[in-house]
Amino acid sequence: MTLLAVTGLHKSFGGVMAARDVDFTVERGEMLAIIGPNGAGKSTVFNMVGGQLRPDRGQVLLDAHDITHASPQKRFRRGVGRTFQVAQTFLSMSAAENVQMALISCHRQSNGLWSPARERHREKAVALLSQVGMAEAADVPCSALAYGDVKRVELAIALAGEPKLLLMDEPTAGMAPRERAELMDLTGSIATSQGIGVLFTEHDMDVVFGHAARVLVLLRGQIIAAGTPDEIRQDPQVRRAYLGDEHALERPKGLSPA
Amino acid sequence: MLALDPSFLAVQALSGLSSASSLFITACGLTIVFGVTRIVNFAHGSLYMIGAYTAATLVPRLLELSFGPVTFWAGILASALIVGIIGVIIEILLLRRIYGAPELFQLLATFGVVLVVQDLVVQVFGPEDILGPRAPGLRAPVEILGRRFPSYELVLIAAGPIVLGLVWLLLRKTRFGVLVRAATQDRDMVASLGVNQAMLFTGTLFLGAFLAGLGGALQIPRVSANTGMDLSIIAEAFVVTVVGGMGSVPGAFLAALIIGQLQAFGILIFPKSTLVVVFLLMAVVLAIRPYGLFGRAEIVGGSHAVGIASHKPLPGRTYILLAVMAALACFPLLADAYLLKVATEILIFALFAFSLQLLIGVGGLVSFGHAAFFGLGAYGSALAVKWLDMSMEAALPLGLTLAALGAALIGAFVVRLSGIYLAMMTLAAAQILYAVAFQWVDVTGGDNGIVGVWPSSWAGGPVPYYLLTAALTLVAVLLLKRIIDAPFGYALRAARDSEARAEAIGLKVRQHRWLAFMISGAAAGLAGGLYAFSRGSVDPSLLGISTSVDALTMLLLGGIQTVAGPLVGAAVLHFLRDLIMPLTPLWRLLLGLSIIAMVLIFPRGLVGTVQYWREERA
Amino acid sequence: MAKFSTIRSLALGAALALGAPAVHAQQPPIKIGELNSYARQAAFTVPYRNGWQLALDEINAKGGVLGRKIEIISREDGATTGDATRVADELVTREGAVLLFGSFLSNVGVAMADFANQKKIVYIAAEPLTDAITMAQGNRYTFRIRPNNTMQVGMLVDQAKASGARRWAIVAPNYEYGQSAAQAFKRLIQERVPGAQIVTEQYPALGKIEAGATVSALEQAKPDGIFNVLFGPDLTQFVREGNTRGLFEGATVLSLLTGEPEWLLPLKDEVPEGWTVTGYPWDEIKEPKHKAFVDAYRAKYNDTPRLGSLLGYMVVYMIRDAIDRAGSTETEAIIKALEDAKFDTVIGPVTMRGIDNQSTMGAWVGKLVLTGAAGGMTDWTYKDGTSFMPTEAEVKAVRKD
Repeated sequence: MTLLAVTGLHKSFGGVMAARDVDFTVERGEMLAIIGPNGAGKSTVFNMVGGQLRPDRGQVLLDAHDITHASPQKRFRRGVGRTFQVAQTFLSMSAAENVQMALISCHRQSNGLWSPARERHREKAVALLSQVGMAEAADVPCSALAYGDVKRVELAIALAGEPKLLLMDEPTAGMAPRERAELMDLTGSIATSQGIGVLFTEHDMDVVFGHAARVLVLLRGQIIAAGTPDEIRQDPQVRRAYLGDEHALERPKGLSPA
Repeated sequence: MLALDPSFLAVQALSGLSSASSLFITACGLTIVFGVTRIVNFAHGSLYMIGAYTAATLVPRLLELSFGPVTFWAGILASALIVGIIGVIIEILLLRRIYGAPELFQLLATFGVVLVVQDLVVQVFGPEDILGPRAPGLRAPVEILGRRFPSYELVLIAAGPIVLGLVWLLLRKTRFGVLVRAATQDRDMVASLGVNQAMLFTGTLFLGAFLAGLGGALQIPRVSANTGMDLSIIAEAFVVTVVGGMGSVPGAFLAALIIGQLQAFGILIFPKSTLVVVFLLMAVVLAIRPYGLFGRAEIVGGSHAVGIASHKPLPGRTYILLAVMAALACFPLLADAYLLKVATEILIFALFAFSLQLLIGVGGLVSFGHAAFFGLGAYGSALAVKWLDMSMEAALPLGLTLAALGAALIGAFVVRLSGIYLAMMTLAAAQILYAVAFQWVDVTGGDNGIVGVWPSSWAGGPVPYYLLTAALTLVAVLLLKRIIDAPFGYALRAARDSEARAEAIGLKVRQHRWLAFMISGAAAGLAGGLYAFSRGSVDPSLLGISTSVDALTMLLLGGIQTVAGPLVGAAVLHFLRDLIMPLTPLWRLLLGLSIIAMVLIFPRGLVGTVQYWREERA
Repeated sequence: MAKFSTIRSLALGAALALGAPAVHAQQPPIKIGELNSYARQAAFTVPYRNGWQLALDEINAKGGVLGRKIEIISREDGATTGDATRVADELVTREGAVLLFGSFLSNVGVAMADFANQKKIVYIAAEPLTDAITMAQGNRYTFRIRPNNTMQVGMLVDQAKASGARRWAIVAPNYEYGQSAAQAFKRLIQERVPGAQIVTEQYPALGKIEAGATVSALEQAKPDGIFNVLFGPDLTQFVREGNTRGLFEGATVLSLLTGEPEWLLPLKDEVPEGWTVTGYPWDEIKEPKHKAFVDAYRAKYNDTPRLGSLLGYMVVYMIRDAIDRAGSTETEAIIKALEDAKFDTVIGPVTMRGIDNQSTMGAWVGKLVLTGAAGGMTDWTYKDGTSFMPTEAEVKAVRKD
């Protein structure tokens, strides 16, 4: 069964169509990238899947459950995890506590008033951190971590909810090039091994063509092309859309697709 | 009772227009200053008061030199200019140092100015209220539909629209105005344009202070300059700015018009609840439009909450706890009756401040009206004693319950808001309760308060009451500490650190915050009840702004980022107050200066600094 | 009691050292606690402090009482009930005051009476006028010197009989004093003026009057008599607004306390002429003893006395007499010495009635008049309080002790 099915999504702000008849699907274990020039509607579509925006029309189905109008909290419970363009973690807590918090919420214990939070789900949290290579930093306050490490912690938080679908908004923004590839490799291997579908937006074409199984191209709120990275690279419409930046679509040098 | 003859209604509407005008002139300055600097300037009311005092002192002197309308109006303008200059001084000395500080610190610092000005005004102008002279040429009333109406009020009615027009011209037709508008919409953009920001901000403060001074100076023929006018006008000006939308001048004008008429006719329908009506309007508007009539969400920048962070548990904390318990228990062996009284009060305030820490330090919810819950607890207990003839044992839990219920109600409104709007809304809630306690004389005794709220005889002596307070405070503080460390406390902190992340991991942020209000309110209510029985009486000042600020000051003094901070802060502040207050009439001046100094040079507070040193060393 | 006092005095350090007398008398002074609203009600309380200071200096210059000097420890009561009882507690437990006096606002006075009863210490109410202090809330520890609301209103109502006014409006500050005075007025006007009715009542908050709205509400009821209890800044604004709108034209106005210089002086040339008031025409009282007081006061302070000055002066002398007669500073002895005692004061003999602890001090009743640029009283007489006091039956009906 299809993991995520988006059909006929529509959204306008005032007179501006930000999304128009957007349809796509994401399968388990698949990494799908949404690209497009600035203002193409990537964030709008992304936030309608994430629950931060309500669509005017259309439907979002997760595992055949309609989540079109569900709050971010409900989507989390249905198996949607996400990371943000600017990493969002709890800076006053240690890396482990960040993940523990997510686990506490996952177990619906966040109203607990008695036994200390720092003792709950500690082992599971450290295990998740080691999955993203952050086990040593478990007791370091998040505010003291390098940004790349914060991104990893954020990924661990998102994985704590045992998501079926992972939403990543510009996952590598603000990171050094080498860190980018590492993070996306890590994401890819976790997605494959756990059968998690990943939907991400990205500016860095190296990342997109290096890691996505399929790519959607948005222009003025509409999907103008969808397919494998190679198909997208050949698509004349896409080339026209990126006319000012033709090189953006060239095969990255010295990097072969995974 | 309601006599609806047209001449009466007309005169009443005119009265409403004239108070709307006065209110607008003052609130307009507040909203412009907020728009540019993003600071809610508590001291705006103080500037208004200085304007009134200056004019009431200056204008009669000028009139002695040359009697005439020109002299009068020149004196009014001169007073406003003087206040404008005072505003510039405040900007240079204080405000420009805190533009980037968290909202709580900004509010507290400007409230420090309020305290300083209150004492300075008494020193400069004397303790007596000063009624200014009448405006020459406007002494005789005019006849309106057969009723006499003061002609000065007509001038005031015209003054509002004139000021609106002039401000509009200033904002549209001058470079300064363009910059002010640009900054109101996007402060960072102006910064990146290479504009001399310091000049822009100083100029804005001059304009804001000038308008406040003008508003105050225009009052002198009708209201005597008095030391209470700062807080009463600031409360109304807040309502006008919040209802109109913070930063919006036309919004302020519309809001002032509505409030003026509401007051003029509200007095006919609810003769004793004019204060309540005004604040209820604000509550309703915020409930429907959380950013006021013309306000926009993005005006309020992301809230940068400061608060408690995770720390390794102190080694040997069980022993520390046992030592504290032993010290508290043995204290009566050492202390005399008076010292026990002071210690009892310190414990009560420690609990009060600690309950606030749950909201501010843990939840990042800047409640500026925590007195509401303290007062509800105190009044709940006192009312139970007075009307239901209850004993202390029954009345204390009742007070606690009333406070928790009040917090549930207030919390339900405010958890939708954030940052400065949340602070304003909690302040409004506390003011509504203050007004109810003050004006619902039949039940609460109004200004008289309720007397005869003494403990049961077994707890009547200083020692038993101290021990009772110590035991209850200790239990409550330990429970709260437990809650802070429990998942619930962590969830509050999570929502404070990143609301988006908290939602994305499924935390029901509003629900948690609502529960936090109830828990915090209950604890503050217990403190209030204990306080009522320790004093033997309650009065509306328990619900007043200064009670809220007391709690905030204790938090700030102890350290907002620490768990033990509020406890230490309460002890130090109350002890100092007890020591210094009998010795000097300038207590508020000292307190105000200390608050400002703490914000500027000591924002970690006492415990926070100690903790910082310890961690630096480690 | 004094276990921690060394630490405390160390902490207080220089401040206390400066205030401490260089040479101690052989016997420690008798400490008396005083509290009042010096910040909020300065118009009355500052002259009042001058008054008691004058009396204190005179008494101590003559050797004090029981061979000991008197020391008055004065505190700000914050004009709220809670602050006042707290300060009172400090005066008793920390300073060791043997007796308390003072306070201005009636609600504070009621709280103080309650405090005195709870802590079993004598409290002499100086200014608070509400009946409650000597009636419903009265207790054996609480005494009052000034004529209470019922007495002063009684004096005014007698003057109103002749005016023929029937439709009465009441305006009073919305707290204990104003409520008590209004209640007394309603009771007495209906008892003594047949056919009188109350057509409207306005209770603006103390210190927060909306003068325009209040005046137009009164106007609306078309009264031919107005009973005013406002004082201070509220009164000034009310008079100005009322004059502007012609509220007082053709109406009989009875006004409590308005003839007292502290409230009359701020009105300047807007004094509403013809109001019947209680007050204090200090410059026209010719009795030699009173004259001596006025002269001493003016010499010391270079200011004219207010009613507060007189009261502060009288209270301290009466306390001196009471301690002298008690022969001790024990509470019970002082109570015994106060009850039904006669005092010879600068305004003549005054008795402290034992059944309600209310003194027979009277008040001056007359009409306001404008002379030059300031107001004064004319056609005044001194009404002794004795004949206006509540009857014994009335007292017994409401007092709980």
